[in-house]
Amino acid sequence: MKVTLRVWRQKDGNSQGKFEEYAAEGLNPNMSFLEMLDVVNEDLIEKGEEPIAFAYDCREGICGTCSCMINGKPHGPENGATTCQTYMRSFKDGDVIVVEPFRAKAFPVQKDLVTDRAAFDSIMQAGGYITSRAGSCQDANAIPISKEIADLAMDAAACIGCGACVAACKNSSAMLFVSAKAGQLNLLPQGQPEKDSRVVNMVSAMDEAGFGNCTNQYECSAACPKLISEEFISKMNRDYLSASVKGLFSAKAL
Amino acid sequence: MNILHVLFKSSIGKKITMAVTGFILFGFVIGHLSGNLQIFAHPDKINAYAHFLEALGPGLWLIRLFLLAILIIHVWLAAQLTLENKAARPQGYQNQITLRATLASRYMRVTGVIVLVFIVYHLLHFTVRVTHGPEAYPNTVLIDGTPVRDVHSMIILGFQNPLISIFYILAVGLLSWHLRHGLVSMFQSIGWQTRTWSKALNKIVLAVCVLYFLGNALIVGAAMSGQVRIQNPQVAGYVCRTDCEICGLRNAATIAESDEAASDNQS
Ligand code: HEM
Ligand code: FES
Repeated sequence: MKVTLRVWRQKDGNSQGKFEEYAAEGLNPNMSFLEMLDVVNEDLIEKGEEPIAFAYDCREGICGTCSCMINGKPHGPENGATTCQTYMRSFKDGDVIVVEPFRAKAFPVQKDLVTDRAAFDSIMQAGGYITSRAGSCQDANAIPISKEIADLAMDAAACIGCGACVAACKNSSAMLFVSAKAGQLNLLPQGQPEKDSRVVNMVSAMDEAGFGNCTNQYECSAACPKLISEEFISKMNRDYLSASVKGLFSAKAL
Repeated sequence: MNILHVLFKSSIGKKITMAVTGFILFGFVIGHLSGNLQIFAHPDKINAYAHFLEALGPGLWLIRLFLLAILIIHVWLAAQLTLENKAARPQGYQNQITLRATLASRYMRVTGVIVLVFIVYHLLHFTVRVTHGPEAYPNTVLIDGTPVRDVHSMIILGFQNPLISIFYILAVGLLSWHLRHGLVSMFQSIGWQTRTWSKALNKIVLAVCVLYFLGNALIVGAAMSGQVRIQNPQVAGYVCRTDCEICGLRNAATIAESDEAASDNQS
């Protein structure tokens, strides 16, 4: 099959970018979107041109590195799939496909389709951890956790931190990512000691990084390759409110 | 952690403040509609109610200033959130598609701004009373002889002009639409929305918004179509029998007298 790509090309973070058109020919419909880009890049390299820079690692939908806005939707047309798990059979022969980087002030473009998503790392450093004794491993199931909570925490833990939520949000808000990460730990007994400080610190790291505010439209959840529910955002709002109120009245050590 | 910082500076706090101020405004508009629906009862009902409110004096001013402050916070934060959201994506996409955001949620700013314009006009029309000449703001007396402003007739007179009536209906329609997203969103912003009841919440809010719109439209429609009529004989221009049991002393002459007394007092 054959498609036409309109791809965002940008030399580096300081340059102006623009769209370029490329013909991608001789494709197998069962190639992934990234494999299709590989084919185009081989062509470009043979012609002595600069290949299209795009980010990837696992190519099996678990690392969250791949990130493209494909035809106006993060990760392309499929529901609940990453770019690397999107196949050319999802497109029609002869389609024109527009490929852009994720766009947000907090995700500056480094080159072509590659963005710097380190803002997510600073949010994780602010609270995306638990304190526990390092060293030997605890007995499995030593802490009882109900099935409902375990399932819900697992739903949140499905987040691969790709940034599609930010890319899809009209306000470039990171609420779905932060709520999944904070929610996962706040649900579990292991996360209780830092529950309040976690949500407060992660939210302020999120605000500092320059993400927008949530307008409760849930484009994030619809674009999420792991289909994480906006219910976690509600939970984060609830945890944040309760942490702030508790912070007002709690006794403080000297 | 300072509470003012949380409520006015943090992203989630600002949304919580939007939700709380929005809820207070919602409470007000529901109370306001309930008050206005008294137009369907005897004119004394709504006139006495308006008189009761005005008689609160400084209390009324406290309520007014409180509501004004709440509205200012709501609009101010809406503007601030909007600017921040624009700044969070300096460069837009070529052809972004909308996946599931509702139309109501996407037009919150537009509906909000039109409602704000309406609020200003509405206050000038019925509270400051300067959009029309003095003949649009008649007086009357209650059954016990208390001279009062005739709010009943004022409302009906106000909706004689179809353009004004259409503007009112449009504005409450847009406010209902604003609330269609706002009331659901409010529960999400304070963290009370869960999958367990979000579908029910959505339906309840839809019903509330439709009823709110119909309630308001009913008043305007009834006034326009003559379903509720001006009953102040002086305004309506007919002469009452002096021995009528319904109005008692309130014939055109008594109202005119108390009117003169009122304007004498003012001058
Ligand atoms: C009687 C008047 C009003 C009522 C009852 C009302 C009610 C509400 C409610 C309940 C919310 C939901 C809060 C949340 O997001 O959680 C809301 C949000 C909002 N309101 Fe209002 N509002 C009114 C007037 C206005 C005005 C005059 C404006 C703007 C000029 C405005 C702009 C907004 C905006 C931008 C949002 C946020 C929407 C979003 O986050 O997507 N509102 N309003
Ligand atoms: S490359 Fe790892 S998720 Fe796509």
